[in-house]
Amino acid sequence: MLSSSTLDRYIAGQSPVHLLDARVKLSLTLAYILALALLPSGAWLVMGLCAAMLWVAVRWSQVGLRTILLRAFVALPFALVAVTLVFSVPGQPVFRLPLGPWVLTASDAGLVRFASIVFKSWLSVQAALLLTATTHFTQVLYALRALRLPTVLVAILSFAYRYLFVMIDEAQRMLRARECRSAETPGQHSGGSIVWRARVVGQMVGTLFVRSYERSERIYLAMLARGFTGELRTLNPRSLTQREQGILIIGLATLAGLVLMTYLA
Amino acid sequence: MMSTHLLLPLGLHIPDGFLTVPVALAWWVLTVIAVGVAVRKVGASLNERQIPLMGVMAAFIFAAQMLNFPVLGGTSGHLLGGALAALLLGPWAAVLVMACVVALQALLFQDGGLLALGANIFNMGVATTLIGAFVGAPLLRLLGGQRWGLVLVGFATAWLSVVAAALLTSMQLVLSGLSAAVVFPAMLFVHLFIGVGEGLITVAALGFVLTTRPDLVTTMASYLNPATLQRPLNRRSILGVTGGGLMFAVGAALLSPLASGDPDGLERVAEDQGFIDRALDPFFNLLPDYTLPGLDGPISTIIAGVLGLLIVFGLVYGLTLLLRGRNQERA
Repeated sequence: MLSSSTLDRYIAGQSPVHLLDARVKLSLTLAYILALALLPSGAWLVMGLCAAMLWVAVRWSQVGLRTILLRAFVALPFALVAVTLVFSVPGQPVFRLPLGPWVLTASDAGLVRFASIVFKSWLSVQAALLLTATTHFTQVLYALRALRLPTVLVAILSFAYRYLFVMIDEAQRMLRARECRSAETPGQHSGGSIVWRARVVGQMVGTLFVRSYERSERIYLAMLARGFTGELRTLNPRSLTQREQGILIIGLATLAGLVLMTYLA
Repeated sequence: MMSTHLLLPLGLHIPDGFLTVPVALAWWVLTVIAVGVAVRKVGASLNERQIPLMGVMAAFIFAAQMLNFPVLGGTSGHLLGGALAALLLGPWAAVLVMACVVALQALLFQDGGLLALGANIFNMGVATTLIGAFVGAPLLRLLGGQRWGLVLVGFATAWLSVVAAALLTSMQLVLSGLSAAVVFPAMLFVHLFIGVGEGLITVAALGFVLTTRPDLVTTMASYLNPATLQRPLNRRSILGVTGGGLMFAVGAALLSPLASGDPDGLERVAEDQGFIDRALDPFFNLLPDYTLPGLDGPISTIIAGVLGLLIVFGLVYGLTLLLRGRNQERA
C-alpha cells in the first residue's frame, strides 16, 4: 500500500533547519532560486558560493546530502531541451560532432551557457527539496497564507493535500485491479488497440471522478456534523522572533550581495 | 516503488534555471491575474460546500494523472486533465483546481520549479482550462448537444489544450534564449501525439460520467444542461470559439520572425546543405515566403501571418454563423 509516508518527501527531524519558521524558509528558498536565476552564465565563483551555502544548510538539516543530491536529478531530463545551446550559441569552436551527413560545431560560449543552466537548475531543485524535506506541508501552507495567498486557494490546497494520498491510493488500487485482469504472454500486449486502451483508462478516470465526488460529499457532511459553517479558522500568525528576523535579513542580504557583486565585478 | 514524476506529462513542467527572470516574472503576472479573476468569479458563488469539493477534485486530477496506458515502446500515455476539469467543473473552478494541482506538484514533488511555477500554472492550468471551457462549451452548444458532438468536442478541446500548453512552454523557453528551431518542432511533435491520448481519455471519461451520474454533470457544468444546450449561441460565445483559436495563432505569428530570425543549429546546417528552400517550398504558396511583396524583415512576416489568420478567422466565423442559423431553425 502506497501511503503518504512513502510518497511525501517530508523527512521528520529536530534539526535547526526543521525548527526554523516556515515563513523564513519559504522566503529564503524563493530568494535563493531568484538569485540563481539572476546570475549570468559563467559566474562559476558565485555559483560555487551559492552551492556551498546550500550544502551547509543541508548538513545542518541532517536529511543527508546524498538524498538531496540524488533526488535533485529529477529535473535533469529537461536539460535535453537546452543541449542545443552548445551548438547554437556563437563562439570559439571547441569540438565537432559528426551527425550523419552534418557536422555540429560546439562553441565555448555555448558550452558555458549549457553548463550554467544545468547547474543552476540542479541547485534550484536542491533548494526546493530542502524546503520540502524539512518543512511539513501544513507549515508551507501556513507560510503561503502569511505571504498573502488568497484564503480560498490555501483552503483548497490544504484539502487537496489531505486527500491527495487517499486518491493516489485509490488510483493505485485501480491500476492493480487492471493488472490482475490483464494476463500477458511474453512478446504480446494484452488488451486491444491503443484507442481501446485509452478508452479503458478514460473510464477509470471517470470512475475515479465519480468516487472523488462522492467522497467530497461525505467529507462535507462529516464536516457539517462537526459544526463547519464555511469558515476555516486558523490560529493567528505569530510574529517572527528577533532571531528569525535576523536570519531572514542576513540571508536575503547575502543573496542580494552575491548577485550585485557579479554584476559590478 | 513507482514514483509520480516519471508519469507526468513529458517536458511540460519547466524546472527552475531554464527561464530567464523577465520571462518567468511576466508569466507570474499573467497567472496571478488569471487566478485572481478565478478567485473572484468562484468566490461570488462559493458556498461552504465547494471548498472540500474543489480540494478533492484537485487530488482527483493529481491521482488521475497516474492512470496510464502503454502506448509504444515502453512509453505510456496519460492525462493532463485541464480540459476535462473545465468540461466537468466549469472554467473558473477548473482554473483554481488545476492551479492547485500544478502548485502541489512543484511544492511537494519538485515537478517544475518555483520561479517557473507561474509559467507552469499558466500553461497547464490556465490555458488548458480556458480552452476547454471557452472553446469546448460553445462548440458543444453549436452542435446541439448531440452525443457525437460531445465526443468530437471533448476530443478536439483536449487535444488543443495539450498542444497549446506545449506551444506556450516552447514559447517561454525560446523567449529565454533556447533555440527555436529545435524547441518548437521537438515539443510540438511529441505533444501532437500526447494530445491524441489526452483526447481519447477525456472523451471516455466524459462519456462515463455522463452515463453513470448525469445528475452530477448537469449540476456542476451547467452548460451540459439540456436547456442550455438548446439555447442558441450568442455572439460572445462565437467570439470565444474563434477568438480562442485566433489568440494562439496570433501568438505563433508574432513568434514566427523570432523563430527564423537568426539561423541556428539545425537550420544553419540545413542552409549549408542548401535544402532549406526545397524543404519549405510547398508551405508558402499563398503568401510567398510568409512575407508581403514590397516589405522586408520581421514586420512583413508578422503582418503576413496576421493577415492569413484574419482570413481563417473570417472563414470560421462565417461558418459558425451559418451553423447557428441552422440550429435555430431546428429548435
